[in-house]
Amino acid sequence: MRSVLFVLTACAVIALAFWAYRENYRTQQALDVTEQLQRDIGASRARLSVLRAEWAYLNRPDRLRDLADMNYDSLGLMPMAPAQFGRIDQVAFPPEEDGLLEITDPIEVSNMEARP
Amino acid sequence: MIRTPLRPLARVLEARAKGENPDAIERENLRLRHEEMRDRARNRAEGRLLMLGVFFVCAFAMVGGRMALLAASEPSEPRASAAGAEIQALRADIVDRQGRILATNLETVSLYAQPPLMVDPTHAATELARIFPDLEVERLIKDFTGTRKFLWIKRRLSPEQQQAVHDIGDPGLLFGPRDMRLYPNGTLAAHVLGGAGFGREGVHAAEVIGVAGVERTFDEQLRDPARAGQPLELSLDLTIQAATEEVLSGGMRLLNAKGAAAVLMDVHTGEVISIASLPDFDPNDRPALPTQGRPDDSPLFNRAVQGVYELGSTFKIFTVAQALELGMVTPETIINTKSPMTWGRHRISDFRNYGAELTVSKVIEKSSNVGTARIAIDIGAERQRDFLGQLGLLETTKFEMVEARGGKPLLPPRWSELSTMTISYGHGMSATPLHLAAAYATMVNGGTKIEPTLLKQNGPQFGPRVISERTSEQLRRMLRLTVSQGTASFGDVPGYAVGGKTGSADKPRIDGRGYETDKVLATFAATFPAHDPKYVLIVTLDEAVETSGTEPRRTAGWTAVPVAAEVIRRVAPLLGLRPEIEPAELTGITLTSN
Repeated sequence: MRSVLFVLTACAVIALAFWAYRENYRTQQALDVTEQLQRDIGASRARLSVLRAEWAYLNRPDRLRDLADMNYDSLGLMPMAPAQFGRIDQVAFPPEEDGLLEITDPIEVSNMEARP
Repeated sequence: MIRTPLRPLARVLEARAKGENPDAIERENLRLRHEEMRDRARNRAEGRLLMLGVFFVCAFAMVGGRMALLAASEPSEPRASAAGAEIQALRADIVDRQGRILATNLETVSLYAQPPLMVDPTHAATELARIFPDLEVERLIKDFTGTRKFLWIKRRLSPEQQQAVHDIGDPGLLFGPRDMRLYPNGTLAAHVLGGAGFGREGVHAAEVIGVAGVERTFDEQLRDPARAGQPLELSLDLTIQAATEEVLSGGMRLLNAKGAAAVLMDVHTGEVISIASLPDFDPNDRPALPTQGRPDDSPLFNRAVQGVYELGSTFKIFTVAQALELGMVTPETIINTKSPMTWGRHRISDFRNYGAELTVSKVIEKSSNVGTARIAIDIGAERQRDFLGQLGLLETTKFEMVEARGGKPLLPPRWSELSTMTISYGHGMSATPLHLAAAYATMVNGGTKIEPTLLKQNGPQFGPRVISERTSEQLRRMLRLTVSQGTASFGDVPGYAVGGKTGSADKPRIDGRGYETDKVLATFAATFPAHDPKYVLIVTLDEAVETSGTEPRRTAGWTAVPVAAEVIRRVAPLLGLRPEIEPAELTGITLTSN
């Protein structure tokens, strides 16, 4: 009876040792993966900040202004002027064409920030 | 346990036989028993004390041992915890009010040399001089072959330069990582941003510290790792700043001005939307501080914040505001404006003779020095000084730039009656354009004090009241009339109801004796839309001259006003202001009595 107990205990110790060994290695591996991930995150952050800086650099007003000037023929971009603002009720209706039904019961269209 | 009887029969009998008292035996035994009990208790207590002592020694030894271990061990990052974005060692970005980047960091490398490790110093030196034309070969050879063990060669390298240095292939040339401050917009808002340099330097890292502007003011905050790289949000708007600078530099070139400054400010929140000073510089490559010449000759000089100038007739509005507020005049009161006016040995005269009398409203419109001086005498020195103090014109602003501390207004040493008169039309005391912007905001926003700020705000400021709502309303009308029919007629921008006041001040001579005759500081203080002011714009041109006519014109109406009008035309749509038809003046009915 007693020897059976000894054998069982020894087996349990071996099993536990094996389990602990395996867990240890799995932990080490997980730590390695974490470290790699953190390095990747760091590299990505650095890349992101470079990209952001480049985006800001390429979008600097000086450059955009020069580009707009260079491509004036095709784009026709001008600085924003007060005349480009309008309210919906200031826009003229298109010239009437035949075949269009006459509007007999107009409804009010909401327009932006119209004053009472 | 064996109990010893206190009265052993044998001894008692024996004592009785001898005729002794048997009680003595009992007392003796009792004494012995008590002694024995006392010894036992003592031993036990001693044992317990010892135990406790040992326990404490162990505990303290453990704490001490742990401390020694922590002190002696190498610091290492915890491997298992996932470091998030909570802590970042980088300097925080600076962004404008819409989150567009004004300053950020870029990873780069620095180049240093360790001559003892070098294989072929001469070759390395010649190759380096080829890559970096600003290095001298002889100097490098001397450094590399001398006794030096270490030297910096370049603080910042581009990737191409780094590759070229790699290609030299000398083991004595080494690279260290560096974070570099980058201002992607170049000269835009250069004075506000200031610039950054390296502080303490090591091979593996270097401190980036702000040297001027907001970089310096908020240095601690930008470097604080606990803020986790949260960007610093300024009140500036990149687009509007760019448009302002473009128009201003164009105006400066056309009018042959030496310098120019502009401040655009929200009248309710005190946020500075754009602030420009020309000539400017590139903060990526900040020039060195000037060692000779006048400070304002350097591009580093910020005219809007550091430049204290006599701002001329723009100050008239403050005199009139105070007179209106004190109930001394109404806009229709007639003022004697006979020019020249003599006061003791001094004469005050107008640019042109405007006749013998004008209404207060016309005094502003025509910009009459005499009329303003007469109003100022009635106000008196004491009250004038208090009023200007309430507007914040007597001390430095609380603007968040280190340079703002340099913009301390210059006041007359003795506030005499003559000073009162000259100050009433903006001579004899100097302030910065930023002071003027804040004071004008107070004038037109309904009368509450405004402190200029560079940080994005969430809502309007509720400063102390300086003038009443009614006075503010009257001033707005006068400013509008000045533009629609007075000295600033070039300032009218259709749809935006610009109101403003011009100021042309002769510049004081450098030697301090009197004023220059042909050097004028032209200022235009504008607000728009005048019926419901949202923004204040100050434009200042230094020594501008308009030469299209037969004789050169230097007054602000010909120089600063057209530039300011162009700025408003460009900037107002960007600010989201719709052009509006100005509400017409109510005519016909006037309240004559209550």
